[in-house]
Amino acid sequence: MLRRLDKKQPLNFKFSAKNLAWAKKQILNYPKGRKQSAVIPLLFRAQEQEGWVSKPAIEVVAKMLDMAPVRVFEVASFYFMFHLSPVGSAAHIQVCGTTPCMLRGSDGLIRQCKDKISKRPMEIAHDGKISWEEVECLGACSNAPLVQIGSDYYEDLDEESFAKIVTDLISGRKPVPGSQTKRFSSEPIENLTTLGTKVEEAQNASVELFIDSSIKEKGSKTKRSLVSKKDAPNA
Amino acid sequence: MLKDKDRIFSNLYGMKDRSIKGSMQRGHWDNTAKLIKQGATWIVNEIKGSGLRGRGGAGFPTGLKWSFMPKPEAKKPSYLVVNADESEPGTCKDREILRHEPHTLIEGCLLAGFAMGAHTAYIYVRGEYVREREALQIAINEAYSKGFIGKNASKSGWDFDVFVHHGAGAYICGEETALLESLEGKKGMPRMKPPFPAMAGLYGCPTTVNNVESIAVVPTILRRGASWFSKFGRPNNFGTKLFCLSGHVNSPCVVEEEMSIPLKELIDKHGGGVRGGWKNLKAVIPGGASVPLLPANICEDALMDFDWLKEQKSGLGTGAVIVMDGQTDVIKAIWRLSKFYKHESCGQCTPCREGTGWMMRVMERFVSGNAELEEIDSLLEVSKQIEGHTICALGDAAAWPIQGLMRHFRHEVESRIKTNKNSHLAAE
Amino acid sequence: MTDNLRKVVIDNVEIDVDPAFTIMQACEKMNKEIPRFCYHERLSIAGNCRMCLVEVVGGPPKPMASCALQIKDLRPGPNGEPPIIKTNSPMVKKAREGVMEFLLINHPLDCPICDQGGECDLQDQALSYGVDFSRYREPKRAALDVNLGPLVETNMTRCISCTRCVRFITEVAGVPEMGQIGRGESSEITSYLGQTLTSELQGNIIDLCPVGALTSKPYAFSARPWELIKTNTIDVMDALGSNIRVDSKGKRIMRIIPRNHDGINEEWLSDKSRFMWDGLSRQRLDKPYIRNISGRLEETTWDLAFNAISDKCLPAAKILAISGDLVSAETLYAAKKLVNSLKGKTECRIGDSYLPPRDRAAYAGTAHIGGIDVAEQIFLIGTNPRLEAPVLNARIRRAWLRGAEIKLVGEPVSLTYEYQYLGPKLKDLSKLSSNFLKANQLKNTLIILGQGALLGEEGPDVLHAVKDFKEKTNSELLTLHVAASKVGAMDLDFVCDMGYHSSIKWSDVVLNLGVDDYEIPKGPFVIYQGSHGDRGAERADIILPGCAFTEESGTFVNTEGRPQMAFKACETVGDARENWAILRALSERLNVPFSFNSFDELRTQLFHDKPLLGAIDEVPTNAWKSSQKFSKKCLEKNLNTVFKDHYLTNAIARSSVLLAELSKNKNKVNSKKGLKVT
Ligand SMILES: Cc1cc2nc3c(=O)[nH]c(=O)nc-3n(C[C@H](O)[C@H](O)[C@H](O)COP(=O)(O)O)c2cc1C
Ligand code: SF4
Ligand code: FES
Repeated sequence: MLRRLDKKQPLNFKFSAKNLAWAKKQILNYPKGRKQSAVIPLLFRAQEQEGWVSKPAIEVVAKMLDMAPVRVFEVASFYFMFHLSPVGSAAHIQVCGTTPCMLRGSDGLIRQCKDKISKRPMEIAHDGKISWEEVECLGACSNAPLVQIGSDYYEDLDEESFAKIVTDLISGRKPVPGSQTKRFSSEPIENLTTLGTKVEEAQNASVELFIDSSIKEKGSKTKRSLVSKKDAPNA
Repeated sequence: MLKDKDRIFSNLYGMKDRSIKGSMQRGHWDNTAKLIKQGATWIVNEIKGSGLRGRGGAGFPTGLKWSFMPKPEAKKPSYLVVNADESEPGTCKDREILRHEPHTLIEGCLLAGFAMGAHTAYIYVRGEYVREREALQIAINEAYSKGFIGKNASKSGWDFDVFVHHGAGAYICGEETALLESLEGKKGMPRMKPPFPAMAGLYGCPTTVNNVESIAVVPTILRRGASWFSKFGRPNNFGTKLFCLSGHVNSPCVVEEEMSIPLKELIDKHGGGVRGGWKNLKAVIPGGASVPLLPANICEDALMDFDWLKEQKSGLGTGAVIVMDGQTDVIKAIWRLSKFYKHESCGQCTPCREGTGWMMRVMERFVSGNAELEEIDSLLEVSKQIEGHTICALGDAAAWPIQGLMRHFRHEVESRIKTNKNSHLAAE
Repeated sequence: MTDNLRKVVIDNVEIDVDPAFTIMQACEKMNKEIPRFCYHERLSIAGNCRMCLVEVVGGPPKPMASCALQIKDLRPGPNGEPPIIKTNSPMVKKAREGVMEFLLINHPLDCPICDQGGECDLQDQALSYGVDFSRYREPKRAALDVNLGPLVETNMTRCISCTRCVRFITEVAGVPEMGQIGRGESSEITSYLGQTLTSELQGNIIDLCPVGALTSKPYAFSARPWELIKTNTIDVMDALGSNIRVDSKGKRIMRIIPRNHDGINEEWLSDKSRFMWDGLSRQRLDKPYIRNISGRLEETTWDLAFNAISDKCLPAAKILAISGDLVSAETLYAAKKLVNSLKGKTECRIGDSYLPPRDRAAYAGTAHIGGIDVAEQIFLIGTNPRLEAPVLNARIRRAWLRGAEIKLVGEPVSLTYEYQYLGPKLKDLSKLSSNFLKANQLKNTLIILGQGALLGEEGPDVLHAVKDFKEKTNSELLTLHVAASKVGAMDLDFVCDMGYHSSIKWSDVVLNLGVDDYEIPKGPFVIYQGSHGDRGAERADIILPGCAFTEESGTFVNTEGRPQMAFKACETVGDARENWAILRALSERLNVPFSFNSFDELRTQLFHDKPLLGAIDEVPTNAWKSSQKFSKKCLEKNLNTVFKDHYLTNAIARSSVLLAELSKNKNKVNSKKGLKVT
């Protein structure tokens, strides 16, 4: 289905000072005269700031990169991570439904979404907080089934663990991502067949980065030590 | 089974110190300048000699590919572009390198970049991998602050920059020329070839696109020697390889193993066996969504390498093993892949744009049995009309899973159609 | 270059071709028809429709897109045999059938109600390559139509995503406001968020669209191609002389489409030229008129009108004939004959722009339009080519894309390419250092001099200053006119020494041949001869209704000095007559009968007198006359452009409802913000 820009559009868009500085720096990653290369990163930053990509955002990015607005819109509509209409403010849950996930029960996750969030994808439920959609392979198939929420993957799910995540999100908590069983990353679930057993790190890189960013966010109660996975079965 | 000491990705799961310090302790960034000092030709020859074939799916010899790069000119810089788009369903190996072994990738970029005369590498990471991208960026920052990359990288005399770029959700951007379009700020629509990227790639300049894994194994190959790498695997299929096990195994995982490892051994040793036991195996997709599946009887003897699987009309692809047990609705499993390809077609070529949707819709009816028997052949015919008629290989990739299904499970499709007919008759 | 040719075998026949050729070009050379949808020789290669697939023996075991693959990229056989191409093999046949089938599954089979019917590439090729497409049992997809404005009708469900329109608007028109959004089977061709198009060349996408997705809104459902009478002629809406075909049904013109002329318009046409035809039937002067005693114009007969004229002219009146923008050389020739016999004067330089009599290298320039294609540097002086000649502007844009530098002196106008703005005055040319000028001697440089630069008293000085600059820089000169009749009039010496303002004051009687843009002051008796009841007619004392350019034959000399012939495409209206015939009748009434009795005789005499005009479609080399001393004051003058409103520049255009709407839309857009150029 062709995704269209939301009918209701904000009057304008402005990068926050921090994002603007970031964007300007990003543009320098590309050779002179090749500003256009920064279009995905800039649109993405705009989306992170506002939750979705609006018409004013498209035009601001076009201006910054000397592009025709229609070229930016082509990009925004081509890449499916760009939301062309608002999504849940607390979480937009993207359930991987491609075969590897399907084989391990993604249907059940979708059922949970329909039950707990909304019958149809892209409908915002729970006071504008939550929405969901089915997406294609997220590239973490050895940890299937999984969902992406914002920057994070919640892996090795089953209906029960996923339902709990949804409940948490509805009530304003952000659960720790990564494997929802006691797995560290993508090592064999049953027993570590390679690379020894010594575990030096508290959690895998993705989870660690989530925790770091939550700590940075003011008011977050999550502490690094709280989510240590040192007691994982392989340890 | 491959021994731990012969594993290139010694921190694949990220359980050990992931910082540059930890990486260095495990042997990365160890006097990189010495390798560079031996010259570009030596590096290319060493990689050629190792037998390394591209890990992104097509299996093109990596050293040979580098040798296509023209001599650098002042006006036209050369580029190394690392393909970290990893979107082939079933594949999740590059993710582990990006977040847990970024340093061997970055060092590989420097060595490969130098070998092909590039001063700049762009690593194109799929948009969904936000944390992985962050982890990689942290590692790049570490490498810069240590002087391993940047001006006079690793004191080698070679200036080298590494930039992380990212996509935003489009499988097609894994195709190398679509990736370049995307990197230039356009829609990810594959380009026609020729010209090949080595002649006119990124910004019209000579460019080589390599998979993350292809680049990340380079430092170790150069340190331990081509002959070490070619000890593993059968001729023409040398080396170690990351395999991704998913689907109905007891222990899905990513694991580094020897090339040409028997599929059965791979599944049993690392995947904890098929759910319900080997006898309960129905089929395996051995190399990611695009390759045709193999039924259980062929899986019995299957060797996980390019040549063996090709002989069986399948392929090693990315080494992504998707296992289906006896309870699987294999028609539905393949239909879901058809849906994937329909969703991911970029839409420029007529056969792919129109054909992927058509195939998906027919497959959808096959899942319920709501079809005529003749439609099986007609669907195969449609798949043939797409295969080989498009700019990029997505068209082929969309056709093959269906052809594989009909090759090995036609009886199942037929009986579903018949059952559906009978149940309608009974209801009347 | 013969030694560079490469041997290939196409369908068993060996030929030598330029290695830079694509397979498609090589096949065409052998008259092998290769079907195609997305490929267009004047656009970038997309290679997306996959219709042009051919078999290349020895290559990968799959058919290749012949539109994109160059001969030089083909590999020879194992023993150096020439590459083998097959355009008719079973593989090719199957591939084409397959592509056709895919194109048709989602295409509505609504040919009977489609305006493209009868001239649709898809329809034609479906007949040649089609297969039974009843295999497709799934629901067809529909697409949302977009409103592109008053010219282009959309039926996007018929779109086959060839992207020709997007490429034209982006590459040629240079106003990137169309795109293909989304992806895969749900991608759609659209304008940016449904905005209407603003390009002055947008009508060309109607011709480019190989199916009925983009059709002409004004022409919609008015005729079927086979009902039309087609006349090859030329356009007079600007001074380019674009080659066109006028399709008429009975007395009505149904549409105008471009014909290819590589030296002039290639295969493009500006919207003004394409869509002005409703103006041809509106506001027409279809009867003679006379101003009665109460000062009102009332209908009269030819006879009475001529009587009134002879009353005024015979008593040795001072007669001045002035020429408007759309008058053919034949009409001017006859008018000049007539007026000269009565010791009168003629003048064509009505627009206040100075043009030097008998200095053809200045008033018509030294360059061909095609010279733009080889220019490395282009100076635009006092011109806005985008409005004065949109098709020519597209050529300048192409030069810019190829790397030519564009520099502009005069009003900083909005063009479809980037240019270096030197400043508003000729003096700003002196910003260029003498080193630059020296280096420039070697560069292929073209000066495009607009009529705006020559406006006003300083006109002659400006002209000489520009000539001086041309000499110093060793450039070529293209004098860009805006009126189709102007160069022809200059060739006929339709001028007088006094110039326009003084001659008007001098005159007792003015024979106005379609001048509408400049008001004639009170005083002289005015005979207006023309086709439209526009501003000129309001001032007239007598109106003589003449044919429009589509209703009679005539020769026009375009801006580069190329004579071309326009032909009668349909009957005229009411009592209107061919213009030469009106003048001939008048000459008899005024007792100075012409020596020719038919149009052909007139033309023979004209070509005899002015052989230049008889050299149809040739651009003669004009001998350069060196510049004369000029007053430095002219360097300080702000150079303007001649018009702001591209759409409403002559009586026909002003009578067109459609162009009025375009003009209104344009002003709206312009008041919003400047257009983006990429
Ligand atoms: C539709 C399509 C998707 C692809 N996706 C990927 C991908 O996600 N990652 C990758 O490395 N290569 C992918 N490839 C292969 C690349 O085009 C290219 O061959 C590869 O990056 C080359 O690297 P290698 O030689 O190191 O394998 C894809 C190819 C196609 C046709
Ligand atoms: S895309 Fe096709 S028709 Fe179009 S020109 Fe080529 S391949 Fe040809
Ligand atoms: S199929 Fe879901 S992550 Fe790959």
